[in-house]
Amino acid sequence: MVVADIIKLLDANVISNEIDMNHPVKTVCGSDMMSDVLAFIKKDAVLLTGLNNLQVLRTAEMMDIVCIVFVRGKTPSAEMVAMADELNIYMLQTQYTMFDTCGILYEAGLRGGRKVDG
Amino acid sequence: MDSIHYHYLVDGEDFARAGEASSSLKSKLKQLGFPPDVIRRCSIAIYEGEINMVIHADGGDIDVDIYPDKIVMVLKDKGPGIPDIDLAMQAGWSTAKEQILSLGFGAGMGLPNMKKSSDEMNVETEIGVGTTVTMTVNVPN
Repeated sequence: MVVADIIKLLDANVISNEIDMNHPVKTVCGSDMMSDVLAFIKKDAVLLTGLNNLQVLRTAEMMDIVCIVFVRGKTPSAEMVAMADELNIYMLQTQYTMFDTCGILYEAGLRGGRKVDG
Repeated sequence: MDSIHYHYLVDGEDFARAGEASSSLKSKLKQLGFPPDVIRRCSIAIYEGEINMVIHADGGDIDVDIYPDKIVMVLKDKGPGIPDIDLAMQAGWSTAKEQILSLGFGAGMGLPNMKKSSDEMNVETEIGVGTTVTMTVNVPN
């Protein structure tokens, strides 16, 4: 799956000014807790979140997250958009809730980190 | 063995700016050509630590020494100290306030994740004086 597929599936708005539609994505993590994202997310991931602050981007930067999808129509600030462009992290926005966003991507074949160890 | 040394001052006043030291270190490790897994582990360890310093200790100092075979990160704060380290090391245990939870942190995953991400972690803490966390990430040959 690539970024363009995510946009289509989630009927998403592209928030970033720069985006690579053909960038591959392999896993998904849905969370509003960045601590959990830092503990559990895998490589080449999409992050689904309802949290809307600069730490979402910092977390994405640290974990090499490809793309952030803001659920429930959350709109990142202009400062976040500029930072995302600088960090080469793609930001999308969907009107779907977290649960439905997860369900749509799961149904399309994407998976998360499965069960947590121990 | 000589190391490359970096010092970062972590501002405890501004949560939005938390992570700037971690971001800077990550860029430097990339420039120096360390393997992606080493960079990832260092990034998680220092970022969790930096967030902890802002949330719990009003900031502090981070010193990083980069050797060819290891990266040593020392995070020192003058915060309240950790009364029970064993308890703080348990996943899910947290003293963070509601406001911190609403910012996406304070789930009690910080210290356990820092330990998991580093090869060695040492915590020295004294109540009312502060906490120093030293983490080493080894670079495989």
